Amino acid sequence: MASGLHKRYRGGQGATALDGFDLEVPAGIVHGLLGPNGAGKTTAVRVLSTLLGFDAGRAEVAGADVSRQPGLVRERIALAGQYAAVDELLSGRQNLVLFGRLHHLRPRDARTRADELLERFGLTDAAGRSAKDYSGGMRRRLDLAASLIRRPQVLFLDEPTTGLDPRSRNQVWDAVRGLVADGTTVLLTTQYLEEADQLAGRISVVDAGRVVAEGSPDELKSALGADRLEVVIRDGALLGDAAAVLTRITGAPPHIDPDQRRLRVPLLKDRVETLTATVRAMQEAGITVADIGLHRPTLDEAFLHLTARHPADRPPAPPAPPRPPTAAGSTPLAGYSPSTASSPAPSASSPSSSASPSQSVSPSSSASSSSEVAA
Amino acid sequence: MSAAIADGRVMAGRYLRHVVRAPEEIVIYFSLPIMFVLVFGYVFGSGMSVPGGGGYREFLIPGVFVMTMLYGIGATATGIAVDVGRGVLDRFRSMPMARSALITGRVTADLARALLETSVLVVCGLLVGWRWHLGLGNVLAAIGLLLLLRLSLSCVGVALGLSTPNADTVSMIVFPLAFPLSAVSNVFVAPELMPGWLGTVSEWNPISATTTALRDLFGNPGLGSDSWPAEHALLLAVAWPVALIAVFGPLSVRLYRRLGQ
Ligand SMILES: Nc1ncnc2c1ncn2[C@@H]1O[C@H](COP(=O)(O)OP(=O)(O)O)[C@@H](O)[C@H]1O
Ligand SMILES: [Mg+2]
Repeated sequence: MASGLHKRYRGGQGATALDGFDLEVPAGIVHGLLGPNGAGKTTAVRVLSTLLGFDAGRAEVAGADVSRQPGLVRERIALAGQYAAVDELLSGRQNLVLFGRLHHLRPRDARTRADELLERFGLTDAAGRSAKDYSGGMRRRLDLAASLIRRPQVLFLDEPTTGLDPRSRNQVWDAVRGLVADGTTVLLTTQYLEEADQLAGRISVVDAGRVVAEGSPDELKSALGADRLEVVIRDGALLGDAAAVLTRITGAPPHIDPDQRRLRVPLLKDRVETLTATVRAMQEAGITVADIGLHRPTLDEAFLHLTARHPADRPPAPPAPPRPPTAAGSTPLAGYSPSTASSPAPSASSPSSSASPSQSVSPSSSASSSSEVAA
Repeated sequence: MSAAIADGRVMAGRYLRHVVRAPEEIVIYFSLPIMFVLVFGYVFGSGMSVPGGGGYREFLIPGVFVMTMLYGIGATATGIAVDVGRGVLDRFRSMPMARSALITGRVTADLARALLETSVLVVCGLLVGWRWHLGLGNVLAAIGLLLLLRLSLSCVGVALGLSTPNADTVSMIVFPLAFPLSAVSNVFVAPELMPGWLGTVSEWNPISATTTALRDLFGNPGLGSDSWPAEHALLLAVAWPVALIAVFGPLSVRLYRRLGQ
């Protein structure tokens, strides 16, 4: 879809928004572009949807070259932006008819299609009201409806649920799932890990204008490292004994966190068997276990791990500490600024934090990667 | 090409629908010229005499027509700036429609608005005692000149709307731009009555040119000036708009293209 894209904004500080951006999206899936605020997601979408020129690189969308055949690209794509791109003064129905006419539908066909879409997005009752009187969720749905007038091959969704309440968000999610079932390829940007996890079959993590990791949500999670076994014991004096037990069972010396009286060891196989064996062995050794559990790294951790040390202009950050699992969910990454990510946490670093992120997942950029067609 | 025309027509329909759905805007634009007619025609007008003789209101109305065209810049620029500021322009630009349609549609809609505004003002003028004296052909020619002026000002408005960051800035620019243009003209008083250089500016002002041409075409009392711009008002009333179109038309297109950089 894109290879080696560079985009530098003119004027102002002339921010380099895309810096060797590579992306390949197979047809017929939801591909997530996940990244914090300012990562370059919107810029990438605007470049790929022909709204914005770029300085270097090549991009191809739905079989058409973005810089040489922008008209063809526009025939095959649709875009729903971060801000609902509808005409506020017109009614919902007038909006859809207008866009239908501009898609060169005949007046009657434009009206029929408008009514179909209003029905499908639950806007029939509000069809005659001005879009400016719509709620945020209704406006976003109208926006989505407007992008579907011609059943695009590729649909760009730029943060489609940012700022929506959970109910509206679920409605948008359902609509997106329905689209993919119809065979549309969706490129979805989001700062919500949960959203990417829910919708996307593949995710590209974007940071500072380039893709720093790519894979399925599960691949990204395991990129951080294997599952791990965590044991907290009651008596700190027995940490050494407990470590010896764990080493005997798993074959690897555990990481010890004396403050928390916690031991942690990566597990590659036999997860449950190891867990039960550990419980039994600790009992036999007279060590009281306060807590024991298997932990799979969250997407949050994967994300922070991948983005925290990438940009050269940021201060060198220590390996990102894993966040407590409770932080998973719909927390926007905007809150996880680099400073948050690099603040030392009392807990230990994760077992795989020494591995280079772009090695532990399939690297998205390679010298031979040329642009490829989606859909 | 025919697709571009069709898209422009759809877009013009969109802007006209805005007028229907949000009529406040056009009412505000009307209130200004009507206020001028009332304030100048009745409050100050009773104390004014027209150099060539004749009623002040007959003298004033053609200038009010022209001023209304001038203040239309505000509507044009605001409409465009609102589109640019909102995401809707992104949608237009990501669709397989003619990219010229936004500009051609806006300009076409402006001309339709200008016709509507002129009709309302004609009725207002007739109510306060203004008449035309030289036949319907001249009236049509006068309306033609007004539309030509509006077309050129529409190009200025599009360029302005595309170069300002948001719609609020537009009104802050348009008024200080349009007010001196209408004040330093022959709409209200004769340029001879202004201090030297101001009088010269006033005589050459495009607003003055169309106003004088309209007075001549309607047979309304004029200033009877024999300066070059006054003698050649009809020529200037065509030349000025053509020049403005030649400058601001291409400029608008350039600014529109630059949105994607
Ligand atoms: N119009 C613009 N002019 C200058 N810089 C911009 C513009 N839009 C975005 N940027 C900069 O480009 C970078 C990427 O922004 P963006 O693509 O909007 O990121 P995201 O959508 O991931 O939040 C940011 O540093 C941002 O400040
Ligand atoms: Mg963005």
